[in-house]
This record gives sequence, C-alpha cells and structure tokens, in this order.
Amino acid sequence: MAEVEETLKRIQSHKGVIGTMVVNAEGIPIRTTLDNSTTVQYAGLLHQLTMKTKSTVRDIDPQNDLTFLRIRSKKHEIMVAPDKEYLLIVIQNPCE
Amino acid sequence: MAPKKKSPKGRKKMRGKKSPTPILPVSEEVEPINMESMGHPEIYPLVLTTKTQEIFNCRIDEDVTDEHPYKLIPKEDIFEDMRNRAAVSDFHPVKKIIQEYPGDELLLVYDKDFRYGLNFYLIGTEEGKENYFNPSEVPEEQEENKEHIPEDVYMYKLPVSKPWVSLGSEKEIEEESVKDSTKQITYMISRKRSEFGAPIKFSDQNASSVKDGYIECTSYPDKIFTLKQLEKDVSMQVVPQIRDISTQTRWTYPKNATTQYYPREFSEEEKTALNQSKSLADFLNNVSMSVEIALQQNEIMNTFIDDWKNLAEEEGTFGDKTDTHLKEYQSFTDLHSPTEKMITCISWHPTIYGLIAVSVAVRLSFEDRVHFSGKLLLQPSLILFWSFSDPIHPQLMLESPDDIFCFQFCPSDPNIIAGGCINGQIILWDITAHADRIENIKTGDSRSKKPTLKPMFLLEPDSNKEAMYIRHCAVSSIENGHKNVITDIHWLSDTFEINRMGSVFENRSGICCQLATCSADCTICFWDIRQQKVATPQPTEKKKEESIEIPFDVPSTFMHLDLSWKPLIKVRLSKGETSLDHCPTKMSLNQDHLLYKSQDKMLAQNKAAKAGETSPYHNLEGGMIDHLRPIDDFCTKFFMGTEEGEVIYTDWKLERDPETGRYTSKKPVSLYAVHDGAVHTIQRSPFYNDIILTVGGWNVAIWKEGVVTGPLLQSCCAPKRYTSGHWSLTRPGVFYIGREDGYIDIWDLLEKTHEPAQSQNICITMITYIKPQTFSSKQQFIAVADYYGTLHILEIPWTLSHPSTNEVSSVNHYFEREVKHLEYVLQRKMIREKEKKEMELEMEKKKVKTYQKSKEQMEAEMRMDYESYLELERSVLINLGLIKVTEMLSYMDMM
Repeated sequence: MAEVEETLKRIQSHKGVIGTMVVNAEGIPIRTTLDNSTTVQYAGLLHQLTMKTKSTVRDIDPQNDLTFLRIRSKKHEIMVAPDKEYLLIVIQNPCE
Repeated sequence: MAPKKKSPKGRKKMRGKKSPTPILPVSEEVEPINMESMGHPEIYPLVLTTKTQEIFNCRIDEDVTDEHPYKLIPKEDIFEDMRNRAAVSDFHPVKKIIQEYPGDELLLVYDKDFRYGLNFYLIGTEEGKENYFNPSEVPEEQEENKEHIPEDVYMYKLPVSKPWVSLGSEKEIEEESVKDSTKQITYMISRKRSEFGAPIKFSDQNASSVKDGYIECTSYPDKIFTLKQLEKDVSMQVVPQIRDISTQTRWTYPKNATTQYYPREFSEEEKTALNQSKSLADFLNNVSMSVEIALQQNEIMNTFIDDWKNLAEEEGTFGDKTDTHLKEYQSFTDLHSPTEKMITCISWHPTIYGLIAVSVAVRLSFEDRVHFSGKLLLQPSLILFWSFSDPIHPQLMLESPDDIFCFQFCPSDPNIIAGGCINGQIILWDITAHADRIENIKTGDSRSKKPTLKPMFLLEPDSNKEAMYIRHCAVSSIENGHKNVITDIHWLSDTFEINRMGSVFENRSGICCQLATCSADCTICFWDIRQQKVATPQPTEKKKEESIEIPFDVPSTFMHLDLSWKPLIKVRLSKGETSLDHCPTKMSLNQDHLLYKSQDKMLAQNKAAKAGETSPYHNLEGGMIDHLRPIDDFCTKFFMGTEEGEVIYTDWKLERDPETGRYTSKKPVSLYAVHDGAVHTIQRSPFYNDIILTVGGWNVAIWKEGVVTGPLLQSCCAPKRYTSGHWSLTRPGVFYIGREDGYIDIWDLLEKTHEPAQSQNICITMITYIKPQTFSSKQQFIAVADYYGTLHILEIPWTLSHPSTNEVSSVNHYFEREVKHLEYVLQRKMIREKEKKEMELEMEKKKVKTYQKSKEQMEAEMRMDYESYLELERSVLINLGLIKVTEMLSYMDMM
C-alpha cells in the first residue's frame, strides 16, 4: 500500500540512515533496503536480542513492556521498534 | 625332697653299676702363664692368699715390704704345702716350674705395683734369681737409674716378716666374696648296664597328679600395692568426619561437528502478500513516530561526545611551549678538503638509518672559478656519505668530474644515485658493490662510548683508514645535454614513463628509469637511463674508435650511457619572441611527494628484493612503450620556479605548432611573479597533493594547484632573505625556512600565518639546504646545511613532530578557507568594479542633470551669490579695520 511505502521512504531519507528493514515475529525479514546477507544477519541477531530484552523488562515488572530499543555503538546506532507481529529496524550513523 | 628321692635312685644305680668316675674338677696340665710377652720369661705372677702368706711367712707389709720385697722359699716347703692343700695351694699353677727348678730355694717377690698383674711373682730360673739379686734392675734401667743415681750402691735388706695387721679388709672381702649358701646338690643318674645305648623313654607327668609334687605360689591381690586413682588427666580432640568417595566419569572425547544452515526467507509472493496486509500498515503507523523522534534526536546532537576529551587535546598543541626547540644532535664537517666548501644539496639515505649524503661545492664566485680553474681541476668534487656513528670520517665519497649542485637517490634502488653537475652533465653512480659496507654501520650507541672503534672493522684493514673514492658510472653527453649548471634533478615515479612526445605511458618495468632535470640554460630535459633501441650507426662507430677503457672498479651498469647519453625530451621555456627565457631553478612534478613517504620505502625495498640478487638496473632494456597506448588524462603539468622569482605552471607535453609543423613546448598555463629573488624551493606538501610551498627572495607563498587567482598565502617581506625551505614531514601545517643569517624559522599555519611561530639560531652563516627525515614516531631529525660546509643534524621535539588528532582536517579547512577568501576577494573586486562603474555613471548622470537648469533660476542664483560675496567683503574689511561700523550703517541706509 502506498502508505507503507511512503512511511518507509520517509524514514530512509533521514540524515545518516544507512538501512531500514521490517522483520516478522519469527525473525524473517519482510522488507529491507540492505543486501540479503546483511539483512538476514541483522534480522536474526536483533530478533533474539529483542526477545531477550522484552522478557527482561517483563520479568522485572510484569505490568511493563518494551517499547523501543536503541543500541549505540562506535560506528552507528541501531534502533529497534518492536510490536506484536513485526519488528522495525533502522541503522543510523549519527556522527556528522 | 626330690634330691632325697633321687639320691637313693642314684645310689642304687651306683651300687649296681660301675660308677663312672666322680665328676670332679679335672686338673689339667696347663702351662703356667709367664711374662714372656713382657720380655721376662722367668717371671711367673702368682696370687698368694693370706693363708699362704702365713704359711710361708711372706705376709704383705710384715714379712715382705718395699725394702725387702722378696722371700726365698725352699722348695720343700712348697711341695709340702702343695701336698697339704693340693689344688687349693696357690703354688699349684706353677707346680711344674717348681718341680723343674734346679735350685733349692725359689725367689718369691712381692709385686706391690702389680707390675705383672698379680701381687706376687715367682722367678722361675736360677739366672733370673741371680739377675734379681744382682743388677736385677737392668731392664728398668731407664726409670730407676735416675732414682738410684744419688745412691750408688743399693744395700739389699732382707725382708723382715711382720705380724699381720688387720685393717678391716677381711670383712669387706667376706662381704664381697660369693660363697655358696647351701651345699650344691648333686645328682647322679645311672642306668643299668644292659640298657646302655637303648633308647630312652621319657614321659610327661603332670606335677599336680602327685601329691606334693609341686609347691604353688598363688598370686593374690596385695592391698599394699593398690593405688586409688584420685585424679585423671583427660584430653579430647574434635576430628571432622571425613569420607573419601570417588567416582568415575565417562570420558567424552571432542568431535568435530558441523552444521550447515540457510536462513528462512519468504518467497516473493509471500513478501508481497505481507506487504499488502493491513497489519503491516497499522504497525508502521504506530511505530514510525517513535522511530522518527529517535532519528531526529541523533541529528540534532551527538549526545555521546566527550567534550572534555576534545578540549584537552587542542590545548596540548597550542599551549605547550615547554620543549619546542630543535636540539643539536650532531654536526659533520669535512676536515680534509683543502679549499673552503659549501654544501649544495642534502639527501638522507632512504633505507639505512643514520646515513646522510651531502654534495659539496667550492665556495667561489664565477670569476674566481675561472681564475682558479687549474687548481680546481686537481681536486675531486665529492658527494660525502656521513653516518651518525662517525662524525669525522665520511663513510663513502663519490667522485664526480665537477661540482654537484643537486643529486638524488633512486627511489626504487637506493644504490643508484643521480647528480647534476655545474657544467650541465648528469652523473650516475652505482654503489651496489659497497652497499654492504654502509649497511653494516652501527649508529647511535657506539658513537659516544668508543670513538676509536671504527664501524667497518669487519672489512679489510686497508680500507679502514680512508673512505673509498667511488668513481662515477656514467656521465651524460656534453654536447647534447645541458649547457649550464643543472639546478634540479628528479627521478620520475616508477608508475609511469614518457616518450619523446611527452605522452605518458604505463611503466611496466616497475623501477624508476627516467629523470627530469632543469638547468640554468632555460631548458628542462627528460632522460631515460635505459638504452635506446634506436641505434644510429654513427654513435657505434664513435664508440669503437674511442674504445673507452673503464677502470676495473667501476660497475658497468650504465656503460651504454657513458658520454653518449642524450635526453629524451628537451623542453625549452621561452618567454615568447624575446630571447630571454625563463631560467628554472627548481621544479615540482606531480608525483614527487609519493616517493618519499615511508610506506613506499617498504615498497621499494620489496621491489628490490623481488628483483632478486641482480638489481634490475643491471639488465636494463629499452622501453616497451611502443606497444602501449598513452594515458590520456594524466596530468603533465608541473610547477617551476625561476631565477627572477616567478612561479610558472606549465606543461611538458609537446604540441604541434600549427605554423611551423614542428613539435614545440607549450606556453605556460600561468605565471606569477611573487617573489623578489630566485625561487629556491618549490615543494608539494606531503599531506596534500595540490598544495605547493614556494620560497624565494624575502617571502614565502603557498599555492593550490588549480587555483589560478594567486597564492593562498603570501607572507610579508621578512627582515632577512630566505635561502631554503621544506615542509614538515609529519605535521601538515608546519614548514621550516632557513635564512641567510643562520636562523631557522618554523612556521605553524594553525598558530600564526603572518609570521613564523618560532625562530632558532643554528649557525653563523647562510643556510643552504634543509632536509627533515623521520626514522620513527619518536625520532625525527632535520639536516641543515650551511654555507661554510658544515652539516648540522638537529632533533625535532615532540611538539613539532607529532600532529594533533584533527590537524590534517584543520589545515585542510584553513586552505579551503583561503581558497574561499580568494574567491571572495575576486568577487569583491568584481563587485567593486561594478560599483565603481555605477558610481561613475551616476556622476555622469548628475552632471547632465545640472546642465538643464532654467535661466531665471540661474540668475537668481547668481544674484544670491553676488550678495553673499558683498557681505563677505564687508565683514573682511571690518575685521581688517578699514571700514568703521558706523559707516557701514550709512551704507546700509543707502542701500
């Protein structure tokens, strides 16, 4: 649908964004702007990490839930937005 | 009771049988013990009991005394005693002797001192008796001689027997002696004669079976000996309970296992289906907001920057002035040269640490040279190789026909050196044969401790004392080469080569094989050190005629070039129709700076190693450029500095002149007259390929290739003339300038751009050449040559050698700013021109306007002017005092 395209395009056009991908609940990529091998690697690793984070948050407080995950590394920042069925992963290079 | 019983039995047996002989102590005929072992075989020691002593009247201390220790005893008495007392007689042991004794009386001596072991002794022979009475002390001469010296004669006194005096010793003896308390029981057991030899039957009998067979001493608890224990010492120790258990585990051995997998992926249809699904759209709607917020946060600011850290580094470079001076490390002077020399060019050895080569020339003006030319011919012109380990003797000396003004090591093989002479010849040296000599030099440590230890002790002793003079390998042709002093020489990079037209081709040989030289005869020549394929018959004939004999120690690497070397291209720098041409002093080609970067040092070494034992220079072949296509977009332009102080940017490619049809050199692209004196340094920055430093006359200029408006930076006139310059090798914004009064100015573009950051005195005379060199990140040296022929090596301090983290980008920014500034200036110039034009137009317009005023207005105006003039006149006259005020009133009335 056009909305989907437009949203993803908007996100991708932000300054410093290296790649965007949408992953389903099992870690299988649905949509991506990067090449296949990188996508598969990111999807697998971040899916597991998100699961772990979610369970950690809920273990501490069962009423709580994970809304956003940001990983800042030396080279860039990985942002993960989880949901019930899907996962949106954005990689951005914040340094000018 | 038992003995009683047995005795009748025994007696019975006795009666019945022939009783064996009673068991009595048998007197054996035993030899009496004599003192033969002591040397007196006649002496027999005896024990005489008191009873015996009474019998024989030889009681101790009565009959027998010290003075009279002997007694003569008749034999008969002894025999009688022996008969009476039999074996109990004390004389029994010596019975035999007494029986054999010939004489009647035996001598019995009292042995008070127990000399022979017992209290008496008997002399068994007559001779002994005689000896005793007479000098019987003969054996004891030694002892008794001393005693008897005062007494010459010993009066023999017969012993007088005295009655026994009991002193109580009998009681002691009685007590001590063991006597039988009861009589010993003797048993006699006998058997019937008929049973002799028959086996004996013994049987056991319990003692209790017979009444009174035994006497029993039963034990009973005796109360006397029981002790009641009232106290007890008890101690306890706690011990942990230990259990030893062991188990056996199953040993698993490591196994290599692999898995192979592929990721799960959706097929294309599934993907499209999902993309269309509503759930995805909803998801994205929900999530995109937060994602975009996060993205924007990053764009606004980088929250993870450590500001303190960034600040600290900047302060380090600008504020730290503690150790910024160049420290003197070493200096070299050639003490053997007869005339005064100056250093014209310096070059560090590209691979060997601590080795530096300088070219020296005589310090004479042209006239003096001509005047002393005869003397100069005899002295060799040299390139000296100095090593840090030996400041007095140069390691190698390269000979050349005339003074060298510039030289360079070949980048791909440091054993090949090319130099430009004062007479326009190019000289080539090949020091491969001596390469091991200079490589074995130890640097640094041995210098200060053992000045006498020569570094070349490994080689023959005769070469120890003086450095080797190495003759040149090849010289260029005199007629075809330069006609004047060669001012600059460069090796072309080994990545490209050029042909006669100036077109650039790829260099397949992998080594530097072409040179570029510029000389004061206004030409730039390109040379190829390989043998040219085109061989005209004339040169070969000439060679045959001359039949040059080459000295044995000169390598034949460049024999093909010797004296017949012609340049490939000759570029004439003409100023146009006028006869005066540009006289180049230095040039800077495009690829120069790459040759000196340390990474390429390794590359050069690798290349030389790959080539094997024989250097590729020994097997040079002609270029293969005939088969290759020229590279079109190669930049063939280069910078050049002239003697008049101009900086020229020109091309070396020859173009076809449309008029004459010949190939001529192009006209320079741009020309800048910036410096007031000859440009002696043109150098590209080691960090930026298009930034060039030019030093000449009294100022410095920095240029960017491509920016044609002018220099990025042009310094104002310095108080002293600048005579040499060089970029710093590690800091992009630093360069060193040498002055004519022996000072070095250190410029730091990030600190000050209008004047040098530092100035330091090195020597008293003009600095002719500066050349820095990096050996490691901690050691960086700068070689400074002066006019008097001394080479100073200075150590560059940390602050000047170590760049800050973003220095490269800062300096880059600075240059970009300058470029923009130039552009801005240009624009402003244009704007100003426009403005000026506009202003002039307006002025013109104004003038036109004023001309069209009406006549009446003009008259009115004129009148007004006239009246104002009259008033002015009156006021002046009043001031002067020529007209009185009252008069003025009447005058006014009149009006």
